Amino acid sequence: MSSHESSYEPKSATAKWWDERLPLPRLMYDQFVEFPTPRNLNYLWTFGGILTFCLVAQIVTGIVLAMHYVPSGTDAFDSVDRIRRDVNYGWLIQPMHAVGASMFFLAAYIHTFRGLYYGSYRAPREILWILGVFILLAMMATAFMGYSLPWGQMSFWAVTVITNLFSSLDQIIPGFGTSIVEWLWGGYAVSGVTLTRFYSLHYLLPFVIFGLVILHVWALHVCGQNNPTGIEIKTKSDSLPMYPYAVSKDIFGLFVFVIIFAWFLLFLPDYLGHADNFVKADPLVTPPHIVPEWYFLPFYAILRAIPDKLGGVIAMFASIAILAFVPWLDRSPVRSTKYRPIYKWFFWLFVFTCLALGYLGAKPAEGVYVFWARIFTLYYFAHFLIVMPILGSMETPKSLPGSISEAVLGKGSKSTTSSAPAGAPIGAPAAPEDR
Amino acid sequence: MNIKHALSPLCGVLVGIASLGLAANANAAGEAIHIDRHEWNYGGIKGQFDPVQLRRGFQVYQEVCAACHGLERVRFRNLVEPGGPQFDEEAVKALAADWPNQIIDGPNDEGEMFERPPKLSDPLKGPYRNQQEARAAQNGAYPPDLSLITRARGVHNDSPWYLHVPQMALDILSGYQEGGSDYLYALLTGYKEPPEGFELSEGMSYNKYFPGHQIAMAQPIPDEGAVEYQENAGATSSMKQNAEDVTAFLAWSADPSLNQRKQLGWSALIYLLITTLLLYFAKKRIWARVKH
Repeated sequence: MSSHESSYEPKSATAKWWDERLPLPRLMYDQFVEFPTPRNLNYLWTFGGILTFCLVAQIVTGIVLAMHYVPSGTDAFDSVDRIRRDVNYGWLIQPMHAVGASMFFLAAYIHTFRGLYYGSYRAPREILWILGVFILLAMMATAFMGYSLPWGQMSFWAVTVITNLFSSLDQIIPGFGTSIVEWLWGGYAVSGVTLTRFYSLHYLLPFVIFGLVILHVWALHVCGQNNPTGIEIKTKSDSLPMYPYAVSKDIFGLFVFVIIFAWFLLFLPDYLGHADNFVKADPLVTPPHIVPEWYFLPFYAILRAIPDKLGGVIAMFASIAILAFVPWLDRSPVRSTKYRPIYKWFFWLFVFTCLALGYLGAKPAEGVYVFWARIFTLYYFAHFLIVMPILGSMETPKSLPGSISEAVLGKGSKSTTSSAPAGAPIGAPAAPEDR
Repeated sequence: MNIKHALSPLCGVLVGIASLGLAANANAAGEAIHIDRHEWNYGGIKGQFDPVQLRRGFQVYQEVCAACHGLERVRFRNLVEPGGPQFDEEAVKALAADWPNQIIDGPNDEGEMFERPPKLSDPLKGPYRNQQEARAAQNGAYPPDLSLITRARGVHNDSPWYLHVPQMALDILSGYQEGGSDYLYALLTGYKEPPEGFELSEGMSYNKYFPGHQIAMAQPIPDEGAVEYQENAGATSSMKQNAEDVTAFLAWSADPSLNQRKQLGWSALIYLLITTLLLYFAKKRIWARVKH
């Protein structure tokens, strides 16, 4: 599975028995204890662990909610309210799932931007990256369907608006879009039937995500982690064993993240949601502004920036699909933006663009908001299609350090004794007496 | 290097153009009604409901709102529970038995549905059996159930675009989510004479804070002649006091676990901060073994 030699030695007879039949302890030891991690990883690399936590938390709270939730057009809204009022600790578990979705996206976006900044998509990590794009897509589908389940006004109208987008396919093949929309709805309008199928898929997709995550981690452990310099591990002194080094950092990072999660969950459970979703779905009353959850706002802004309906739908899906092509769009000789003095500016302009699109997605699609949404949509795509390939091949990068160790410890510090405790080779796990 | 220097003024210019464009448009996107923030004793990260205030608020609900609005997600037993008005159980039993709106139960042994007075486990029924009956009685307007009303309303962050993020940060750090209460209080105290030239439809009232300013609900709490409190109620009666108290009561009915949630918030925060600090030192100690 991975490039490094296994150093697992079963200590007991039982462990040996297992190892000869199903070497799962060996796999865990090799991949999550001994696994060599670049010694220069910063805190942005703790988000992989944080995202695993988010996924597990969503699945656990989701399973509990599913025991009490009633997926029906007439009862869904009341059942969610009853979970909050009458189920033991329902007032905690229901917002944990709702706020948890926001936290999941927050972490996923930071994780994605980290990958973009440090060039974690470059060869040989293309498949790892593309799997990440699929996970993001599956997360979006899951979150969208999950948001429909409370069956409030915003749930209902978000489903109406987004499913209706597919009717724009009628422009390509007349009748095709309409058929798809009716198939999604399970009828001729959004109704309880639509809710039930979304509920079924909302329960299914997290396990698809889980499977994709296993592949993602597998691909990661084949290629090894990227790191802030973007230079591969060359010698053993470039790396440290995952346990305890990366693990201790990951757990600390996770707890900082959990503090932020707890702040929103316990002091601001409604802040990231929308008041209209506390009004029961009513097909006869359209809310004045239909807005999606915050994590969809940039894509919503792109959708509305294009004057043509089909064009908007294509642009919206393209804005995510384009991520899958980034490994081949970036023509720079170096991976990490750290060594790219000009691209660095464009990277932050891109981050600003995404935030600006988020702001504009929450505003009504009129006047100057549309103008700016168009400008930023233009840059969103130009960043990938123009800046990445052209600047990548023109820019002269700063000189790279010779190795990760050199970047961390300074020049001429490749010797093994300079950085390890009392004669132990760097990268070897500390002897028990040192722990 | 040169390009880098050339870029930063360019960014400045872009931001400048953006600010001009968006500021000029502040009013184009529909009329934004500014709603002042009120000081709520259950607001922010520390606030808790005051049972004495909730009892006054219930009195206002019972004497004013209940004439048209139900509170059907709240059950009589909730009025006894901790974190709420914490009425005496016997008093609530008596209140339920006297509640003007009956519970439809059944079928009985003869197969007939029948009406009976509510018990502790029953919801606070409104006067109308359904929306159609409500509209027929209210001149076409529908008085909504108030159980979730403070969470179903909110105020917008109406800062100019360049203050949007700082305002967000401030709200997050101060734990501001009383937008619904602020709106409701503004609405209840926002009945004014219509400005000159404002055409009010028949049967409608002018309200400064209602979207469109025309509201079917007549001023519920009059400026003079507010609901009188008992002597030991902890506050003197006035229109504004009534409005504040009933808003607090409805905020409780929308979010009855607020007290418990924030208490858990503080315990969780203290636990997490200590653990995180310990984890930080553990991490430091582990990494002290190697140069990094």
